[in-house]
Amino acid sequence: MDTLSWPMIFGKMAIQFTPVWIALLVTFALSIQFKRRLGLYGKLFDSTVGMAGFALVAFWVFTAIFADLIITYDPLGQLSGMKNAVPGSPTTGVENAWYLLGGDHLARDVFSRMVMGARRVLAIAPAATIIAFMVGITLGLPAGYFGGKLDTALSFIANLVLAFPVILLFYLLVTPEIRVTGIPVALAAILFLFPVVFVCVLLNSRFFTSPPKRNLYVGTAAILGLWAYSGLAFNADPTGFWSMDPNLLNVFVSVVFVNAPTVFRIVRGMVMDLKARDYVAAGQTRGEGAWYIMLWEILPNARGPLIVDFCLRIGYTTILLGTLGFFGLGVSPESPDWGSTIDDGRRLLSIYPHPAVVPALALMSLVLGLNLLADGLREESLRD
Amino acid sequence: MYLFLLRRVGLMLLTALSLSFIVFCLTNLAPNLEKLARTEGSVRMTDDDVANWVIQNGHGGSMVSRYGEWLGVVPGWVLTDEKGVTRGRCLQGGLTVESAPRFCGIFQGNWGTSTVFREPVLKTVTNKLAATGWLMFWVMMVMVPTALVLGVLSGMREGSRTDRVLSTFAIASTATPEYVSGVILIAFLGSATAGISPVLSSWGWIEGRTLFQGTATSAMDKITFWNFALPVITIALYGIGYIARMTRASMTEVMTQQYIRTARLKGVSFRQIIIKHALRNALIAPFTVIMLQFPWLLNGVVIVETLFNYKGFGWTLVQAAGNNDIQLLLGCSVVAVFVVLITQLISDIGYVFLNPRIRLS
Repeated sequence: MDTLSWPMIFGKMAIQFTPVWIALLVTFALSIQFKRRLGLYGKLFDSTVGMAGFALVAFWVFTAIFADLIITYDPLGQLSGMKNAVPGSPTTGVENAWYLLGGDHLARDVFSRMVMGARRVLAIAPAATIIAFMVGITLGLPAGYFGGKLDTALSFIANLVLAFPVILLFYLLVTPEIRVTGIPVALAAILFLFPVVFVCVLLNSRFFTSPPKRNLYVGTAAILGLWAYSGLAFNADPTGFWSMDPNLLNVFVSVVFVNAPTVFRIVRGMVMDLKARDYVAAGQTRGEGAWYIMLWEILPNARGPLIVDFCLRIGYTTILLGTLGFFGLGVSPESPDWGSTIDDGRRLLSIYPHPAVVPALALMSLVLGLNLLADGLREESLRD
Repeated sequence: MYLFLLRRVGLMLLTALSLSFIVFCLTNLAPNLEKLARTEGSVRMTDDDVANWVIQNGHGGSMVSRYGEWLGVVPGWVLTDEKGVTRGRCLQGGLTVESAPRFCGIFQGNWGTSTVFREPVLKTVTNKLAATGWLMFWVMMVMVPTALVLGVLSGMREGSRTDRVLSTFAIASTATPEYVSGVILIAFLGSATAGISPVLSSWGWIEGRTLFQGTATSAMDKITFWNFALPVITIALYGIGYIARMTRASMTEVMTQQYIRTARLKGVSFRQIIIKHALRNALIAPFTVIMLQFPWLLNGVVIVETLFNYKGFGWTLVQAAGNNDIQLLLGCSVVAVFVVLITQLISDIGYVFLNPRIRLS
């Protein structure tokens, strides 16, 4: 069999991505149909930039979801004779089968690894960003609202973390040695507590006027939260439902740690601006609690910039994860995530560029999509 | 004004102290010291031997006192082991207990010895910083003018076709981290099998096998356009987008101001308005952004020096961290942290000086 030509390679890849195309079509058809009823999300479909960004992001999200249907080979499987094979090479011994984007230095299929890498990246980046946001919001709201000593102390800590060059921090925080000392677990214990506290305070401040409801909601949230907390931070979940690989925990915690101070600064700045508004004064006059005002009056009014920053930050987190993979920090050697695949491929870059270029383009398109999406959201949220 | 300066500098020093203490703790963790003992002593040491080695080499006391010794505010350790050999922090180079100075930390210029390069850390760091200095210099020379021109061009007529094209370029460049753009640039311009080099080579337009060189190792001796262009562009590209977007935002804001309208109404040409009235005011905000870009440039430097095998500061940091070279890593961290803090300070002070609307009484 001959090596495939580039049009044939793209054709075959397009066929492999069929489930993604169908899902994209359905999403777009439904969203455009009902865009007037979908709020900010619907407005996104009024701007070309926003739609392009959303399409790119949705493409990778669906790829991550349907990864098992898309891959042509096991991302870890090695076929003899396929070492550094050029894109479109027929696999040895099998009829009508190709390494669509070639093989890497261990004779694994680059295409399948790229697809599986999307799943890994999209499993970590948004989750880490959400946790970072909850930490940043929970600390930024009181710092901006109360000011004073609390603000000074928290801002000092945030600036300390921000003054670290990110790579140095990663080299100090993501090492096999540090795992022995238990620092990642301690950090996780602190950082993962914030989402639980955030949700509980959020519900408590809303429903504290009717105790039965409050007890039900806060109780449920606390039990569920602490259950997940025990499993994720300490790996002590009795049912084994929540657990996290120590490697992954280390990476996850350091990414959250790097992102949270920036979120803190943004939230703090916005609260300082918003707390002089009339609706805050009205709430104070009504005798509302401080946390109610912060969480249910100020926070919803700050949502526009926060959503935009959230999109940008997922992209930034993706870049950070790629950086970690690129330096081989905290990832298992055969993991298909994009950063470490680029790192693997760069050694033979000037002779066989394809194993490194494919994940590089994938990462770039995802981050570009997120940035365009953020841009579209910013434009649309400014419009009203 | 002086009070403001004093407060800023004081805060910076406090931050620097806290940060260096954190770095000191994180590099001198027990497992790191154990690993150091096994590489410096012997691999077959028992656990007791290791513990003994750690204490005998002055890594025994509390973290705070060791940090003090390292800084040079606490007298250096002196220990005599059971064989009667006296060793101490300050007893290097044939000095005896009597003749050696009591304090020898970084304040006294003693940054320790690198276990990878087998030379004083201070020497390694200064040598490598010089190499990185050239890289940074050319990055700045490429990045700042390009970004400012792009930003001003797209900001002076908001919403025009130029603006949209340039903005899209800016977004794309911020979405491309160094390890991605570097890989793509090497594959496209510096690879013997892919991109444009094979074509140019077969046409006989270039002498070697590739147009640009995919490594910058030769730039350590002599910097040429062909071996230095790719690393410089790789770092600059990521910053260009960001600075251009900030410049654009500040330029569009300035263009809506009253004095610009006044100038137009009195018949000043568009060109004159941009150069005389808009530019100066629009470039205040990007100044801060450019200064705050330094920490990120530091990241770029580490990635690019690793990718292009350019033996500068970033490469050294990776070597130090990868080989558990505690003293060198500490030295690199201190330099990195100081670079970040000083640029923050300059950007704060510069902003106050540049912006006539801020008056500190």
